[in-house]
Order: sequence, then C-alpha cells, then structure tokens
Amino acid sequence: MQHRLVLRILAKLLFAPILLFAFYVQFHGDFGPGGGFQAGLIFASAFVLHGLIFDVSSARRFVSDRLLQVGAAGGVLLYAGTGFASILFGGNFLDYDLLSETPTSGQHLGILLVEAGVGIAVACVMVMVFRAFADRLPHLRERDW
Amino acid sequence: MFATILPAALLAQLPVLQVAIPLLAAPVCVLLGRGRWVHDFSLLVTAVVAITSLALLQLVLGGGDASYALGGFAPPWGIEYRIDPANAVILLLVSVSGFLVLLQSRTSIEAEIPKQKHPLFYTAFLLCLTGLLGVAATGDAFNAFVFLEISSLATYALVATGKSPRALTAAFRYLILGTIGASTFVIGIGLLYMATGTLNMSDLATRIPASPHHAVIQAAFALIIVGLGLKAAIFPLHFWLPNVYTFAPMVVTIFLAATATKVALYLLARFVFVIFEDASFAGMLLMPLALLAMFLASLAALQQGNVKRILAYSSIAQIGYMFFALALASTQAVAAAWLLMLTHALAKGGLFMAVAGIALQTGSSNLDDWKGIAKQMPWSAAVMVVCLLSLVGVPLTAGFVAKWSLLVAIFSTSGSIILVAVVAAASLLTLLYAGKILETIYLGTPDEQRATANLREAPLAMLVTAMLVAAMNIYFGLNGTVLSDLSNRAALALLSGF
Repeated sequence: MQHRLVLRILAKLLFAPILLFAFYVQFHGDFGPGGGFQAGLIFASAFVLHGLIFDVSSARRFVSDRLLQVGAAGGVLLYAGTGFASILFGGNFLDYDLLSETPTSGQHLGILLVEAGVGIAVACVMVMVFRAFADRLPHLRERDW
Repeated sequence: MFATILPAALLAQLPVLQVAIPLLAAPVCVLLGRGRWVHDFSLLVTAVVAITSLALLQLVLGGGDASYALGGFAPPWGIEYRIDPANAVILLLVSVSGFLVLLQSRTSIEAEIPKQKHPLFYTAFLLCLTGLLGVAATGDAFNAFVFLEISSLATYALVATGKSPRALTAAFRYLILGTIGASTFVIGIGLLYMATGTLNMSDLATRIPASPHHAVIQAAFALIIVGLGLKAAIFPLHFWLPNVYTFAPMVVTIFLAATATKVALYLLARFVFVIFEDASFAGMLLMPLALLAMFLASLAALQQGNVKRILAYSSIAQIGYMFFALALASTQAVAAAWLLMLTHALAKGGLFMAVAGIALQTGSSNLDDWKGIAKQMPWSAAVMVVCLLSLVGVPLTAGFVAKWSLLVAIFSTSGSIILVAVVAAASLLTLLYAGKILETIYLGTPDEQRATANLREAPLAMLVTAMLVAAMNIYFGLNGTVLSDLSNRAALALLSGF
C-alpha cells in the first residue's frame, strides 16, 4: 500500500472534519438552512471517501452492514416514535407543542428528535447504497493501481 | 359499533393511525431479523390497520367527513388528512387486501423469497401499504405525491425480489416509467401551487376558479392526468404492468392487482371531480382510451400462454371499464366506477390467490402445464371458476352487480344504446379468455409426467383464504346492496361540489 500517498493522507485528514461539518449542518438545521437530510449525506460522504481511497471492506470492521440496517430502521423509528409520543401526550401526530413544558421548548425538542432520526436514517442508507454498488466491483489488486 | 367501543380521543386519531401504524411497523421488521416472527408481526399490523379502516369507514358514514391536522397545524397551511366516504372505501379496500394477502401467503413467500431477504421484504410490503393508504387518506396534493412515491419505491423493490431474473428488468422498467409518471405529476402540482399558492385539496378547489393563470392550470391538469394515468395503467400507458404482474412474487402480484392501480385511479378521480371540477376534458380524453383498453387488452389476454400474463392483460381491460365509468362523470357512473374497483379487487385478488396455490404446487404458471389440473386440485380450480365468473360479470356474483350498474349508468347518462352494446360486447371478450383458462384446467389432458406426479391441493392457509375471497364474490353478488350503497355514498361525496 504505497500508492497514492497524497490521496491517502488527505483522506485521513479530511475524515474527521467532514463528520464534524455534518454535525454542524445537522444542528444548524433547527434554526436555518441545513437539517437531517443534508447532514446525513455529508456524514455518509466521509465513509464514501474512505471507501474510494482505501477499500470498502476495511470500513466494515467498525461499521458492519447489520449496524447500518439497524441505524436506518432506528432513524425511521425515532421519527415515527416522536409522532406517536405526541399522540400519547394528547396532541396530534407530530404536534411537538406537548413534548415539553412550554410549546416553544416542545418545538425545539421535537424538531431535534425528528431531524436526528432523518440524519441517522439518511447516513446509514447512503453508506448502504454505496456498499451495494462497491461490492459489485472486483477488488483492485496492488499491481493494477 | 366502533364509535361506542373506542374512546373519543382515539377516534379522533384514526385518520393518522391508519397511515402511521404501518409506517412505525416497517422499520421494526428490519430489527426483528429473520425468523417466524416477522410474518406474524406483519400480519398483526395489517389486521390492526384493517380494523382501523373499518372503524374509520363507520365513523365517516355515520358522522360526516373526518379532518385531521397533522402536527397541530391547521389546514390549509398544515397537512390535512381528510376522510370522506370516497376514500374511506378505498382505505378499507387497501387495508383488507393487505391483511388477506399476508394471511394467504406465508408458504408462497417462503417458497419464492430467500430467507435472508424476509425482513426487508416485509419492510417493503408495509411501506407499500403505508404509501397506498397515505395517498388515499391525505387531503394535501403534495403529500399525495410523497406517499405515491413511498408506495412506488417499495413496489419496485418488491417486484425485484421475484425469482426469475426477468423480475429485475420488469422492476427496472417500472422504475423508469413510474419515475417519469411521478415527475409529470409533481410538475403538475408545482404549477398548481404557482397558480394558486396552496396545496390543500379543498383549498385548491376554491382557488382554482378565481385564479388568473388559466393556461398554467390547464397544463397542470394535463400533466397530472398523464402522471396518474401511468400509475393507474390506463391504456397506452399500461406497458409496465404485464411484466410486473408476471415476474413479481405471487404475494406482490396479488396485492398490487387488488390495490395499486385503484389508488391511483381514486386520486385521479379526486383531482378531476373535486379539485378541477371539470370532467369534460378528462372525459373526452379518457373515454376513447378506455374503450381501446377494453378491447385491445382483452384481445391481448387471449394471446397469452401464461396465466399471470392473461390476468395482467385482463386487469388493463378492467381498468378500462373503471376509466370509462369515470369519464361519464355522473353520480351514477362514478358509483359504478367505485363498484368496479371493489369487485375487481375481489375477483382478481381471489384469482391470483388460486393461481398462487396452483403455481406453488406445479412450479409453473404456464397454462400448458395446467392441463386438467382441476382433477388434482379441485378446490383451487373451484375458486378460479367463481372468481372468473365474477370477473366476467355473471349474475349472482359481485362482478355482475358492478357491470350491471355500469351499463345502467351508461344508458342513463349518455342515453346511447350503442355505447351500452359496445361495453357489453367487451364483456364477451372477458368470457373468451376466462373460458380458455377454464377449458384448459378442467378439460385438458395432463401430460404423462404430470398425471402420475403426486400433486396435492394447495396448503391449507392459502386455500382457505382464497375460498374466503371466492365466498365474498358470491356473498356480495347475492347481497349487492352492501357494496352499491357504499359506492353511492362515495360518489355523492366526490361529486358534492361538482
């Protein structure tokens, strides 16, 4: 693994800032442009970059395919669960007003939970889609670089 | 009945629970993993949804339309779920179909879909159910698009799980065409939003006449009709359907045949009669297409050698009848359209259920391999007889009630005996391909290998569910007022502002 030294080092350097930027977009979404969908895509793009520069299988060691499935399902569950929670508190589906003491803090909490659900689901599904395509390519041998 | 049992707080939540319960259950299927539980869980969910929609129908029939403000934002600004008799009937049709299909299909799912795909299969099934119910329940034009896409995307995945490699190409073709249809639909909605500044359906209906952008609205109308026409498989836009029905797993074919095109048809009717309140253009466009569908698709059905394909072309022809009824645009005719939808779901659902049983045991859905199968599988064959008769519209079956009310509606709306004769003649074509199937399975002589094979009747659960649906075909034929009352209420609700 001596090829593309610059790419490999840059990819490693960029990995963490991309994730951090994803979190920035995620939490900025509560008040302005941004939100779970964009954040999820940015978060997943870090893994896509890693998969392109290194290989797809090494990322599997710390994020397994099953974990991605659970994450994708968990994100949707968090979203729908927030909706059902607001029904249980006596409101309509996804009526955040009742989730906390005051309507304003309820709205804050509700949008935070829902956007977190969206972000998790989108990030996991994007990595799944990338892996589904990447797995179809034969593994690149050292001398083919 | 339900109004007295359920607390008022729960009754008020019914419109959203209908859609939200399968949405919540879909990801749970992923988490459950493989194993027996995922089927039982999905079956339980569909049962709850079916009961919900039954309660909702009773509520709406008894106490007027139900309106639900999603997220507590009042319509027309927020998303509104609005249930009137027209869509309550569709909701019941979809949810009961979902329940019966799952009740029937455990064995065929195990035979046709690899074990490791089961959790994702049930997830996609429940998402498809969510989407179809959402399209029917919502009173918001853009929300309808979102749900249409949820159901379509889930359908592409469901179709692609079919055993044959051609399931993939069928799913891909449907994906491309479905996406084009969805795009034209959403462009139409975008134009409407531009012209009126609202997305709420009843708000749209009041604002469209006052809008100065007449040309924009006409373009929107055309785009929406084309988009939904593709989803509903109206004649020249039908060519995705035969391959989808043929190569999808049986359980998916049964479910789609009973529900998917009807939901698109309902939405089209909602746009034509409630939002645009102008059926003259749609009638002019749809009536000739519907007539072509009746004749050409029935003739195409006669040419096919695969039972699933025959029935797929038959669906296209039957969709032609429904569009014909909608194009007439009178209360009586729209009621006939609703009756046709309900009885076609019963007949085609029962037929595909019987086909699923026979195909499971013989390993083939080619008509040639089914010669004389009635001797070895008498009950499945009997179900096919009943449902085919209902499809043709023979008296004492549910299909007759619908076809008769269609003929009466044609005569009283257009006054033209020629149109009545033409539509009745189209029904004779149905008789031809139904006869072809029945002749083969009853009178055909099986080849050496099949005759000696130890072929048994379909598994009990499959058979009992199929017989239940066949019995419903007869019950609603003898007791036709149940369905026709429902359809009349639906038509009155849809045409109230018309």
